[in-house]
Amino acid sequence: MSAGTVMATDIRDVVIIGSGPAGLTAALYAARASLRPLVIEGLEAGGQLTLTTLVENWPGRRDGVMGPELMAEMRAQAEKFGAEIVAGHVTSVELGAQPFVLRVDDQEIRTRTLIIATGASARLLGLPSERVLMGHGVSTCATCDGFFFRGKPIAIVGGGDTAMEEALYLTRFASTVTVIHRRDTLRASKAMADRALAHPKIQWRWNSAVERVLDEGKGEVTGIELRDLVTGETSTLAVDGVFVAIGHTPNTGLFQGQLEADVNGYLITHDGTKTSRPGVFAAGDVQDHVYRQAITAAGSGCMAAIDAQHFLEEHFPATHHPDGALEEKVAHAIQPPPMTSSPS
Amino acid sequence: MASEHIQTFTDANFDQTVLKADAPVLVDFWAEWCGPCRMIGPTIDQVASELAGKAVIGKLNVDENPAVTGRYSIRGIPALLVFKGGQLVDSLAGAGHSKQHIKATIEKHI
Repeated sequence: MSAGTVMATDIRDVVIIGSGPAGLTAALYAARASLRPLVIEGLEAGGQLTLTTLVENWPGRRDGVMGPELMAEMRAQAEKFGAEIVAGHVTSVELGAQPFVLRVDDQEIRTRTLIIATGASARLLGLPSERVLMGHGVSTCATCDGFFFRGKPIAIVGGGDTAMEEALYLTRFASTVTVIHRRDTLRASKAMADRALAHPKIQWRWNSAVERVLDEGKGEVTGIELRDLVTGETSTLAVDGVFVAIGHTPNTGLFQGQLEADVNGYLITHDGTKTSRPGVFAAGDVQDHVYRQAITAAGSGCMAAIDAQHFLEEHFPATHHPDGALEEKVAHAIQPPPMTSSPS
Repeated sequence: MASEHIQTFTDANFDQTVLKADAPVLVDFWAEWCGPCRMIGPTIDQVASELAGKAVIGKLNVDENPAVTGRYSIRGIPALLVFKGGQLVDSLAGAGHSKQHIKATIEKHI
Protein backbone atom coordinates (compact mmCIF):
# COMPACT_ATOMS: atom_id res chain seq x y z
CA MET A 1 0.00 0.00 0.00
CA SER A 2 1.47 3.38 -0.90
CA ALA A 3 1.51 6.60 1.08
CA GLY A 4 -1.03 8.02 -1.36
CA THR A 5 -3.75 5.81 0.09
CA VAL A 6 -3.07 6.93 3.64
CA MET A 7 -4.88 9.96 5.03
CA ALA A 8 -2.85 12.87 6.31
CA THR A 9 -4.08 12.20 9.82
CA ASP A 10 -3.10 8.54 9.65
CA ILE A 11 -1.08 7.10 12.46
CA ARG A 12 1.67 4.79 11.24
CA ASP A 13 2.35 1.46 12.92
CA VAL A 14 6.12 1.56 12.49
CA VAL A 15 8.46 4.39 11.63
CA ILE A 16 12.17 3.67 11.29
CA ILE A 17 14.77 6.42 11.49
CA GLY A 18 17.95 5.50 9.62
CA SER A 19 18.79 3.48 6.54
CA GLY A 20 21.90 1.46 7.35
CA PRO A 21 21.85 -2.32 7.87
CA ALA A 22 19.83 -1.99 11.10
CA GLY A 23 17.16 0.31 9.69
CA LEU A 24 16.73 -1.54 6.40
CA THR A 25 16.60 -4.98 8.03
CA ALA A 26 13.98 -3.67 10.46
CA ALA A 27 12.11 -2.34 7.41
CA LEU A 28 12.32 -5.70 5.63
CA TYR A 29 10.92 -7.62 8.61
CA ALA A 30 8.25 -5.03 9.43
CA ALA A 31 7.18 -4.92 5.78
CA ARG A 32 6.89 -8.70 5.61
CA ALA A 33 4.73 -8.52 8.76
CA SER A 34 2.37 -6.18 6.82
CA LEU A 35 3.16 -3.23 9.12
CA ARG A 36 3.78 -0.85 6.18
CA PRO A 37 6.91 0.67 7.73
CA LEU A 38 8.08 4.14 6.81
CA VAL A 39 11.85 4.59 6.70
CA ILE A 40 13.28 8.09 7.00
CA GLU A 41 16.73 7.87 5.50
CA GLY A 42 18.51 10.70 7.26
CA LEU A 43 21.46 12.80 6.15
CA GLU A 44 23.77 9.82 5.66
CA ALA A 45 21.49 7.56 3.64
CA GLY A 46 22.73 3.98 3.53
CA GLY A 47 24.90 4.50 6.57
CA GLN A 48 28.55 3.82 7.16
CA LEU A 49 28.74 0.90 4.71
CA THR A 50 28.35 3.35 1.84
CA LEU A 51 31.78 4.70 2.83
CA THR A 52 33.49 1.32 2.56
CA THR A 53 34.73 -0.72 -0.36
CA LEU A 54 34.81 -4.51 -0.20
CA VAL A 55 32.97 -6.10 2.73
CA GLU A 56 34.49 -9.55 3.17
CA ASN A 57 32.63 -10.74 6.25
CA TRP A 58 29.03 -10.59 5.07
CA PRO A 59 27.90 -14.24 5.39
CA GLY A 60 26.82 -15.85 2.15
CA ARG A 61 29.02 -13.67 -0.04
CA ARG A 62 32.24 -15.65 -0.17
CA ASP A 63 33.95 -13.26 -2.58
CA GLY A 64 32.82 -10.22 -0.63
CA VAL A 65 30.39 -7.53 -1.62
CA MET A 66 30.92 -3.82 -2.14
CA GLY A 67 29.44 -1.84 0.77
CA PRO A 68 27.36 0.55 -1.39
CA GLU A 69 26.05 -2.40 -3.44
CA LEU A 70 25.03 -4.30 -0.30
CA MET A 71 23.09 -1.27 0.93
CA ALA A 72 21.38 -0.76 -2.44
CA GLU A 73 20.32 -4.43 -2.37
CA MET A 74 18.99 -4.17 1.20
CA ARG A 75 17.02 -1.09 0.25
CA ALA A 76 15.53 -2.73 -2.83
CA GLN A 77 14.66 -5.85 -0.85
CA ALA A 78 12.83 -3.84 1.84
CA GLU A 79 10.96 -1.90 -0.86
CA LYS A 80 10.01 -5.09 -2.65
CA PHE A 81 8.02 -6.16 0.41
CA GLY A 82 6.31 -2.80 0.79
CA ALA A 83 8.55 -0.64 2.94
CA GLU A 84 8.19 3.04 2.12
CA ILE A 85 11.59 4.75 2.11
CA VAL A 86 11.80 8.54 1.98
CA ALA A 87 14.70 10.97 1.86
CA GLY A 88 14.48 13.30 4.81
CA HIS A 89 15.99 14.39 8.05
CA VAL A 90 14.13 14.16 11.36
CA THR A 91 14.43 17.48 13.16
CA SER A 92 12.53 16.64 16.36
CA VAL A 93 10.73 13.81 18.13
CA GLU A 94 8.13 13.83 20.88
CA LEU A 95 8.10 10.52 22.70
CA GLY A 96 6.13 11.60 25.78
CA ALA A 97 2.76 10.16 24.75
CA GLN A 98 1.11 7.90 22.17
CA PRO A 99 1.24 8.42 19.28
CA PHE A 100 4.85 9.53 18.99
CA VAL A 101 5.31 12.62 16.84
CA LEU A 102 8.22 13.19 14.47
CA ARG A 103 9.00 16.27 12.44
CA VAL A 104 10.69 15.58 9.14
CA ASP A 105 11.69 18.82 7.50
CA ASP A 106 8.28 20.63 7.51
CA GLN A 107 6.12 17.54 7.79
CA GLU A 108 4.65 15.91 10.90
CA ILE A 109 4.49 12.12 11.20
CA ARG A 110 2.67 10.18 13.92
CA THR A 111 3.43 6.60 14.82
CA ARG A 112 2.64 3.92 17.38
CA THR A 113 6.13 2.45 17.39
CA LEU A 114 9.49 3.94 16.55
CA ILE A 115 12.65 2.07 15.64
CA ILE A 116 15.77 4.16 16.07
CA ALA A 117 18.58 3.08 13.76
CA THR A 118 20.41 6.37 13.39
CA GLY A 119 23.82 4.74 13.79
CA ALA A 120 27.05 6.48 14.55
CA SER A 121 29.14 8.99 12.65
CA ALA A 122 32.87 9.53 12.47
CA ARG A 123 34.22 11.34 15.48
CA LEU A 124 36.31 14.42 14.91
CA LEU A 125 39.31 15.76 16.82
CA GLY A 126 37.33 18.82 17.85
CA LEU A 127 39.90 21.38 16.69
CA PRO A 128 38.68 24.65 15.13
CA SER A 129 41.33 24.29 12.40
CA GLU A 130 40.00 20.84 11.58
CA ARG A 131 36.50 22.21 11.01
CA VAL A 132 37.73 25.06 8.82
CA LEU A 133 39.77 22.71 6.63
CA MET A 134 37.18 19.91 6.37
CA GLY A 135 36.86 19.17 2.66
CA HIS A 136 40.04 21.14 2.00
CA GLY A 137 42.44 18.40 3.00
CA VAL A 138 40.80 17.14 6.19
CA SER A 139 38.63 14.08 5.62
CA THR A 140 36.85 11.30 7.49
CA CYS A 141 36.38 9.17 4.36
CA ALA A 142 39.47 7.53 2.86
CA THR A 143 37.50 5.82 0.10
CA CYS A 144 35.99 9.16 -0.96
CA ASP A 145 38.98 11.40 -0.79
CA GLY A 146 42.15 9.26 -1.14
CA PHE A 147 41.89 9.93 -4.88
CA PHE A 148 42.83 13.59 -4.39
CA PHE A 149 46.20 12.80 -2.78
CA ARG A 150 47.96 10.88 -5.52
CA GLY A 151 51.71 11.06 -4.95
CA LYS A 152 51.31 13.28 -1.89
CA PRO A 153 52.23 12.81 1.78
CA ILE A 154 49.28 12.43 4.13
CA ALA A 155 48.62 11.64 7.77
CA ILE A 156 45.98 9.49 9.39
CA VAL A 157 44.97 9.93 13.02
CA GLY A 158 43.96 6.86 15.03
CA GLY A 159 45.14 3.42 16.11
CA GLY A 160 42.13 1.14 15.68
CA ASP A 161 41.04 -1.22 12.93
CA THR A 162 39.41 1.54 10.90
CA ALA A 163 42.56 3.65 11.02
CA MET A 164 44.73 0.71 9.89
CA GLU A 165 42.32 -0.26 7.14
CA GLU A 166 42.23 3.31 5.86
CA ALA A 167 46.01 3.72 6.17
CA LEU A 168 46.49 0.61 4.03
CA TYR A 169 43.89 1.80 1.53
CA LEU A 170 45.51 5.25 1.29
CA THR A 171 48.92 3.76 0.40
CA ARG A 172 47.45 3.18 -3.08
CA PHE A 173 47.42 6.92 -3.64
CA ALA A 174 49.74 8.70 -1.23
CA SER A 175 53.53 8.90 -1.38
CA THR A 176 53.66 8.26 2.38
CA VAL A 177 51.02 7.69 5.05
CA THR A 178 52.00 8.71 8.57
CA VAL A 179 49.90 7.24 11.35
CA ILE A 180 49.48 9.55 14.32
CA HIS A 181 48.51 7.67 17.46
CA ARG A 182 48.16 8.77 21.08
CA ARG A 183 49.66 5.57 22.50
CA ASP A 184 52.67 3.38 21.81
CA THR A 185 50.60 0.33 20.87
CA LEU A 186 47.75 -0.17 18.43
CA ARG A 187 44.18 -0.97 19.39
CA ALA A 188 43.67 -2.63 16.02
CA SER A 189 43.35 -6.40 15.70
CA LYS A 190 46.67 -8.24 15.32
CA ALA A 191 46.08 -9.20 11.68
CA MET A 192 45.32 -5.63 10.67
CA ALA A 193 48.13 -4.16 12.78
CA ASP A 194 50.71 -6.60 11.37
CA ARG A 195 49.80 -5.70 7.81
CA ALA A 196 50.07 -1.98 8.51
CA LEU A 197 53.31 -2.28 10.49
CA ALA A 198 54.94 -4.21 7.64
CA HIS A 199 53.90 -1.77 4.93
CA PRO A 200 56.84 0.19 3.47
CA LYS A 201 54.79 3.33 2.75
CA ILE A 202 53.40 3.65 6.29
CA GLN A 203 55.32 5.65 8.88
CA TRP A 204 54.54 6.05 12.56
CA ARG A 205 54.34 8.85 15.12
CA TRP A 206 53.62 7.17 18.44
CA ASN A 207 52.49 8.95 21.62
CA SER A 208 51.51 11.96 19.59
CA ALA A 209 48.47 14.19 19.41
CA VAL A 210 47.40 16.68 16.74
CA GLU A 211 47.36 20.19 18.16
CA ARG A 212 46.42 22.03 15.02
CA VAL A 213 45.89 21.52 11.33
CA LEU A 214 47.73 24.01 9.10
CA ASP A 215 47.07 26.27 7.27
CA GLU A 216 43.77 27.98 7.99
CA GLY A 217 44.91 31.21 6.34
CA LYS A 218 45.60 29.47 3.04
CA GLY A 219 42.39 27.46 3.21
CA GLU A 220 44.17 24.19 2.53
CA VAL A 221 46.12 21.59 4.49
CA THR A 222 49.88 22.11 4.42
CA GLY A 223 50.79 20.22 7.60
CA ILE A 224 49.92 19.38 11.17
CA GLU A 225 51.31 20.51 14.49
CA LEU A 226 52.03 17.54 16.73
CA ARG A 227 52.74 17.27 20.40
CA ASP A 228 54.72 14.37 21.80
CA LEU A 229 52.69 13.24 24.80
CA VAL A 230 55.78 11.83 26.59
CA THR A 231 58.29 14.64 26.13
CA GLY A 232 55.82 17.49 25.59
CA GLU A 233 57.77 18.64 22.54
CA THR A 234 55.90 20.04 19.58
CA SER A 235 56.82 19.55 15.94
CA THR A 236 55.36 20.15 12.50
CA LEU A 237 54.78 17.44 9.94
CA ALA A 238 54.29 18.55 6.33
CA VAL A 239 51.32 16.75 4.77
CA ASP A 240 48.74 17.60 2.13
CA GLY A 241 45.92 15.68 3.74
CA VAL A 242 44.73 14.54 7.17
CA PHE A 243 42.36 11.61 7.58
CA VAL A 244 40.64 11.33 10.93
CA ALA A 245 39.79 7.79 12.12
CA ILE A 246 39.47 8.04 15.88
CA GLY A 247 36.22 6.20 16.33
CA HIS A 248 32.56 7.03 16.21
CA THR A 249 29.96 8.92 18.11
CA PRO A 250 26.30 7.80 18.24
CA ASN A 251 23.68 9.95 16.50
CA THR A 252 21.43 10.42 19.52
CA GLY A 253 21.15 14.18 19.90
CA LEU A 254 17.48 14.02 18.84
CA PHE A 255 16.57 11.82 21.80
CA GLN A 256 18.51 13.56 24.54
CA GLY A 257 16.44 13.82 27.70
CA GLN A 258 13.74 11.54 26.28
CA LEU A 259 15.50 8.18 26.29
CA GLU A 260 18.07 6.64 28.61
CA ALA A 261 21.59 6.77 27.24
CA ASP A 262 25.03 5.90 28.62
CA VAL A 263 27.74 8.48 29.32
CA ASN A 264 28.91 8.36 25.70
CA GLY A 265 25.41 8.94 24.36
CA TYR A 266 24.67 5.36 23.24
CA LEU A 267 21.01 4.43 23.78
CA ILE A 268 20.47 1.82 26.49
CA THR A 269 18.40 -1.19 25.46
CA HIS A 270 17.02 -4.05 27.54
CA ASP A 271 15.06 -7.27 26.84
CA GLY A 272 16.06 -7.25 23.21
CA THR A 273 15.84 -3.81 21.63
CA LYS A 274 13.53 -2.00 24.08
CA THR A 275 14.57 1.49 25.11
CA SER A 276 13.45 3.23 28.29
CA ARG A 277 10.22 4.25 26.51
CA PRO A 278 7.64 1.54 25.72
CA GLY A 279 7.08 1.39 21.96
CA VAL A 280 10.48 2.87 21.12
CA PHE A 281 13.15 0.41 20.00
CA ALA A 282 16.80 0.88 19.06
CA ALA A 283 18.99 -1.18 16.75
CA GLY A 284 22.48 -1.07 15.31
CA ASP A 285 25.40 1.16 16.23
CA VAL A 286 23.20 3.73 17.98
CA GLN A 287 22.98 1.25 20.89
CA ASP A 288 26.12 -0.83 20.32
CA HIS A 289 29.67 0.36 20.85
CA VAL A 290 31.04 -3.16 21.25
CA TYR A 291 30.35 -5.21 18.10
CA ARG A 292 29.58 -2.50 15.51
CA GLN A 293 29.34 -4.91 12.56
CA ALA A 294 27.01 -4.82 9.59
CA ILE A 295 25.75 -8.27 10.51
CA THR A 296 25.10 -7.42 14.18
CA ALA A 297 23.36 -4.21 13.16
CA ALA A 298 21.18 -6.16 10.73
CA GLY A 299 20.46 -8.76 13.43
CA SER A 300 19.35 -6.17 15.93
CA GLY A 301 17.26 -4.46 13.22
CA CYS A 302 15.41 -7.75 12.76
CA MET A 303 14.94 -8.00 16.53
CA ALA A 304 13.57 -4.45 16.69
CA ALA A 305 10.98 -5.19 14.00
CA ILE A 306 9.83 -8.30 15.87
CA ASP A 307 9.77 -6.39 19.18
CA ALA A 308 7.71 -3.63 17.54
CA GLN A 309 5.31 -6.21 16.12
CA HIS A 310 4.83 -7.78 19.58
CA PHE A 311 4.23 -4.36 21.09
CA LEU A 312 1.56 -3.60 18.48
CA GLU A 313 -0.11 -6.99 18.98
CA GLU A 314 -0.25 -6.40 22.70
CA HIS A 315 -1.33 -2.75 22.76
CA PHE A 316 -3.11 -2.22 19.42
CA PRO A 317 -4.43 -5.69 18.51
CA ALA A 318 -6.76 -4.56 15.73
CA THR A 319 -4.55 -2.07 13.96
CA HIS A 320 -2.55 -4.31 11.71
CA HIS A 321 -5.30 -6.67 10.73
CA PRO A 322 -4.57 -7.42 7.06
CA ASP A 323 -7.62 -5.56 5.74
CA GLY A 324 -7.25 -2.76 8.29
CA ALA A 325 -11.03 -2.32 8.45
CA LEU A 326 -11.42 -1.48 12.12
CA GLU A 327 -8.20 0.39 12.33
CA GLU A 328 -8.65 3.87 13.80
CA LYS A 329 -11.72 3.34 15.99
CA VAL A 330 -10.41 0.34 17.84
CA ALA A 331 -6.96 1.73 18.25
CA HIS A 332 -8.25 4.79 20.03
CA ALA A 333 -10.42 2.77 22.34
CA ILE A 334 -7.44 0.93 23.67
CA GLN A 335 -5.53 2.33 26.56
CA PRO A 336 -2.07 3.35 25.44
CA PRO A 337 0.81 1.93 27.47
CA PRO A 338 1.76 3.91 30.57
CA MET A 339 4.07 6.82 29.93
CA THR A 340 6.14 8.49 32.55
CA SER A 341 7.12 11.84 31.11
CA SER A 342 4.85 14.84 30.68
CA PRO A 343 2.74 15.07 27.53
CA SER A 344 4.11 17.11 24.65
CA MET B 1 18.10 8.78 -11.93
CA ALA B 2 19.09 12.44 -11.98
CA SER B 3 16.19 14.81 -12.37
CA GLU B 4 15.57 16.74 -15.59
CA HIS B 5 16.70 19.89 -13.81
CA ILE B 6 20.22 18.57 -13.22
CA GLN B 7 22.84 19.68 -15.74
CA THR B 8 26.12 17.95 -16.51
CA PHE B 9 29.18 20.19 -16.24
CA THR B 10 32.51 19.28 -17.81
CA ASP B 11 35.97 20.75 -18.34
CA ALA B 12 34.77 21.68 -21.84
CA ASN B 13 31.52 23.45 -20.95
CA PHE B 14 32.32 24.83 -17.48
CA ASP B 15 33.23 28.40 -18.48
CA GLN B 16 30.17 28.74 -20.69
CA THR B 17 27.55 27.06 -18.49
CA VAL B 18 28.79 27.95 -15.01
CA LEU B 19 30.97 31.05 -15.11
CA LYS B 20 28.89 32.93 -17.70
CA ALA B 21 25.49 32.09 -16.22
CA ASP B 22 23.36 34.98 -14.92
CA ALA B 23 21.71 32.95 -12.17
CA PRO B 24 23.62 31.39 -9.28
CA VAL B 25 25.00 27.94 -10.11
CA LEU B 26 25.45 25.00 -7.74
CA VAL B 27 28.14 22.56 -8.87
CA ASP B 28 28.08 19.15 -7.18
CA PHE B 29 31.57 17.59 -7.51
CA TRP B 30 31.15 13.82 -7.39
CA ALA B 31 32.45 10.41 -8.53
CA GLU B 32 31.02 6.95 -9.13
CA TRP B 33 33.06 5.42 -6.32
CA CYS B 34 31.99 7.97 -3.69
CA GLY B 35 29.28 6.63 -1.37
CA PRO B 36 28.39 9.96 0.25
CA CYS B 37 28.01 11.48 -3.23
CA ARG B 38 25.29 8.93 -3.91
CA MET B 39 23.78 9.71 -0.51
CA ILE B 40 23.38 13.37 -1.30
CA GLY B 41 22.21 12.78 -4.91
CA PRO B 42 18.45 12.64 -4.19
CA THR B 43 18.69 15.79 -2.05
CA ILE B 44 20.40 17.64 -4.91
CA ASP B 45 17.65 16.43 -7.25
CA GLN B 46 15.00 17.88 -4.94
CA VAL B 47 16.85 21.19 -4.60
CA ALA B 48 17.12 21.37 -8.41
CA SER B 49 13.38 20.83 -8.85
CA GLU B 50 12.46 23.37 -6.19
CA LEU B 51 14.82 26.05 -7.50
CA ALA B 52 14.10 25.43 -11.19
CA GLY B 53 14.17 28.73 -13.08
CA LYS B 54 15.90 30.56 -10.21
CA ALA B 55 19.22 28.77 -10.05
CA VAL B 56 21.23 26.36 -12.18
CA ILE B 57 22.08 23.04 -10.55
CA GLY B 58 24.47 20.48 -12.00
CA LYS B 59 27.07 17.81 -11.41
CA LEU B 60 30.72 17.56 -12.33
CA ASN B 61 32.43 14.16 -12.35
CA VAL B 62 35.91 14.61 -10.80
CA ASP B 63 37.31 11.51 -12.56
CA GLU B 64 36.43 12.81 -16.00
CA ASN B 65 37.10 16.50 -15.43
CA PRO B 66 40.49 17.00 -13.79
CA ALA B 67 40.99 20.57 -15.02
CA VAL B 68 38.05 22.15 -13.18
CA THR B 69 38.60 19.85 -10.17
CA GLY B 70 42.20 21.05 -9.96
CA ARG B 71 41.35 24.71 -10.57
CA TYR B 72 39.15 24.80 -7.46
CA SER B 73 41.55 22.65 -5.36
CA ILE B 74 38.90 20.03 -4.64
CA ARG B 75 40.29 17.72 -1.92
CA GLY B 76 37.12 15.97 -0.82
CA ILE B 77 33.78 14.99 -2.29
CA PRO B 78 30.94 15.55 -2.33
CA ALA B 79 31.80 19.23 -2.57
CA LEU B 80 29.06 21.72 -3.35
CA LEU B 81 30.34 24.97 -4.80
CA VAL B 82 28.12 27.96 -5.54
CA PHE B 83 29.09 30.37 -8.32
CA LYS B 84 27.63 33.76 -9.17
CA GLY B 85 28.81 36.10 -11.90
CA GLY B 86 31.85 33.93 -12.61
CA GLN B 87 33.00 33.94 -8.98
CA LEU B 88 33.02 31.21 -6.36
CA VAL B 89 30.74 32.66 -3.66
CA ASP B 90 29.99 29.73 -1.30
CA SER B 91 30.88 26.13 -0.65
CA LEU B 92 29.71 23.16 1.42
CA ALA B 93 31.90 20.14 2.13
CA GLY B 94 30.68 16.59 2.66
CA ALA B 95 27.26 14.97 2.53
CA GLY B 96 25.83 15.93 5.93
CA HIS B 97 23.71 18.85 4.80
CA SER B 98 19.92 19.05 4.91
CA LYS B 99 17.93 20.12 1.88
CA GLN B 100 16.96 23.35 3.65
CA HIS B 101 20.57 24.24 4.32
CA ILE B 102 21.66 23.61 0.73
CA LYS B 103 18.71 25.60 -0.61
CA ALA B 104 19.37 28.50 1.73
CA THR B 105 23.04 28.57 0.69
CA ILE B 106 22.00 29.00 -2.95
CA GLU B 107 19.07 31.33 -2.28
CA LYS B 108 21.38 33.86 -0.59
CA HIS B 109 22.79 34.55 -4.05
CA ILE B 110 19.57 34.72 -6.08
